[in-house]
Amino acid sequence: MIRFQNVTKRFGEFTAIHDLSLDIFEKEFFALLGPSGCGKTTMMRMLGGFETPTEGRIELAGQDIGPVPPNKRAVNMMFQSYALFPHLSIWDNIAFGLRRDKLPKDQIAARVEEMLKLTRLEKFARRKPHQISGGQRQRVALARSLAKAPKLLLLDEPLGALDKKLRQDTQFELMDIQETTGTTFVIVTHDQEEAMTVASRVAVMDEGRLMQVATPARIYETPDSVYVADFIGDVNIIQGTAKPIGDDRFHVSWNEGQPPLTATSAKPFSDGQTCHLAIRPEKVTITTDKPDTADNAVQGKVHDIAYLGNLSTYHVALPCGTMIKAQTANTRRLSRRQITWEDPVWLSWTATAGVLLAE
Amino acid sequence: MMRRFTLIAVPYLWLLLLFLVPFVIVLKISLSDTALSIPPYTPVLDWAEGIRAFFSQLDFENFVWLTQDDLYWKAYLSSFSIALVSTLLTLLIGYPIAYGMARAPEEWRPTLMMLIILPFWTSFLIRVYAWMGILSNEGFLNQFLLWLGLIDTPLTILNTNTAVYIGIVYTYLPFMILPIYAALDRLDGSLIEAAEDLGCSRLLAFWLVVIPLSRNGIVAGCFLVFIPALGEFVIPSLLGGSGTLMIGKVLWEEFFSNRDWPVASAVAVVLLLILVVPIVLFQRNQQKQAEAEQ
Repeated sequence: MIRFQNVTKRFGEFTAIHDLSLDIFEKEFFALLGPSGCGKTTMMRMLGGFETPTEGRIELAGQDIGPVPPNKRAVNMMFQSYALFPHLSIWDNIAFGLRRDKLPKDQIAARVEEMLKLTRLEKFARRKPHQISGGQRQRVALARSLAKAPKLLLLDEPLGALDKKLRQDTQFELMDIQETTGTTFVIVTHDQEEAMTVASRVAVMDEGRLMQVATPARIYETPDSVYVADFIGDVNIIQGTAKPIGDDRFHVSWNEGQPPLTATSAKPFSDGQTCHLAIRPEKVTITTDKPDTADNAVQGKVHDIAYLGNLSTYHVALPCGTMIKAQTANTRRLSRRQITWEDPVWLSWTATAGVLLAE
Repeated sequence: MMRRFTLIAVPYLWLLLLFLVPFVIVLKISLSDTALSIPPYTPVLDWAEGIRAFFSQLDFENFVWLTQDDLYWKAYLSSFSIALVSTLLTLLIGYPIAYGMARAPEEWRPTLMMLIILPFWTSFLIRVYAWMGILSNEGFLNQFLLWLGLIDTPLTILNTNTAVYIGIVYTYLPFMILPIYAALDRLDGSLIEAAEDLGCSRLLAFWLVVIPLSRNGIVAGCFLVFIPALGEFVIPSLLGGSGTLMIGKVLWEEFFSNRDWPVASAVAVVLLLILVVPIVLFQRNQQKQAEAEQ
């Protein structure tokens, strides 16, 4: 439904978007994820019509929308600052877009009431934006941008200003609303957890380029670059050289005097090729005794323990100085914990636990 | 408690001494008669005769006189219309300047602000004299227009109402620009984008979002121009002609040419009463703005 075709955007000397192509499908909840300055907001502003691509074209439902001004696009945007009109009541804010379409009065009223109901704001309709809370303002902004029933809704860091608890509730609300209305949502965020929660597909961006576009699970489990593995969640990266041993299995020599690690990879690596083994901390088992059956086992000393309540992350220093993180669920009470600081421990993981990456 | 009281007392004492006391003196003179003496009016309050005599002697004939001679109400009316027209002109010129300043790149703004304030560094009187040099028949403007060939004979601008408008607009323009600029500077640019996103053209977004949100600045600027312009004396007397009727000029003539202090004082008192209305409105606007920002 939305197609970026070799889009490049330059601001003077600075290139914000490098020759980027991307398809976003109808009724999808799509997330653009990346650190600040990666170009994700520029992408969104080009969809909204506030920037025009320097090169390439953007299609919406087969039509090139490059020359279409923002007020003529079937696209609405929810701004990061919400951009509610402070001189208008909540009701008038939501009705603003409908009035511009010169709809009959009763139709506008019906639609506004519908939006107020959808976002549970009926009680606040007569108030001004400064008289309601941040969470309510966020819902007004959403109601206002949905009121015109756009084909595409853009959300620019929509939950950034909310506290964590409210943010989590709102994330599920957003998903519900997206499902009920059947609108295509494109959300811009730097919060990977948010992107993973709400989106059906995530595009990870860096320096104006797409690093990976996939479902949240695939992005997490099978990142296709060290950058994506590192950006999404916590990860151990072990650099080494690959040596194929057949059946998509590889030996990774990573340190003098240590036995090579075993990993599987669908992607081929040639003998002696530099590779990075990315393993999520929760896939590393920590034990006091040497495990018998594990594909990979290394010994180290507990350097630090981060207690997160439900989880504990152990930072284990290997003799060569490398630090490996291992995460376990705290299924027992803290007082029964066996492992403590400076304890010698064994870390182990299976051959399929990690992902072998070229770069 | 004591400290707070002192803090409040200082400005009130200041107002009492420098505003209320002089006003009472002027009011007192306006209720007396002219006399060939120094100062040229009969004393009103004679302590020897007591308070009762004071009230029985009060006479409002000077105020009655203001209504009898049509010079005065014509002067008030003409001042009012000149002040109103020049306020509107100042708004029309000042708003785009303020808007341009608020939309200018961040690093230019202090310079632009400086340029607005710069004229205040020269004496107001000198600037008005400079306008005489520009607007007179042999002035720069006429010479320039003649040189361009746009006109054959010099335009008579000096000593007309046009010159008064030019003078007032020029002098009070910063008072219009600064509050509007302050309002526009705070305006979140994403509001305009949001309006466009919701289907407004640029122009409509300006009308529906920018203008209402700078309303307080507009109102403040208009009052800051209108109030002093209404009682303006220097500009009409230097740039205006014999046909320019403004109450400030009438007041000056009553005091210094006619030496009728009581009537002049009565003119001043009425002018003040007329000004109280816009000043109160202005105060209410400021208060409402302060409340809205909380």
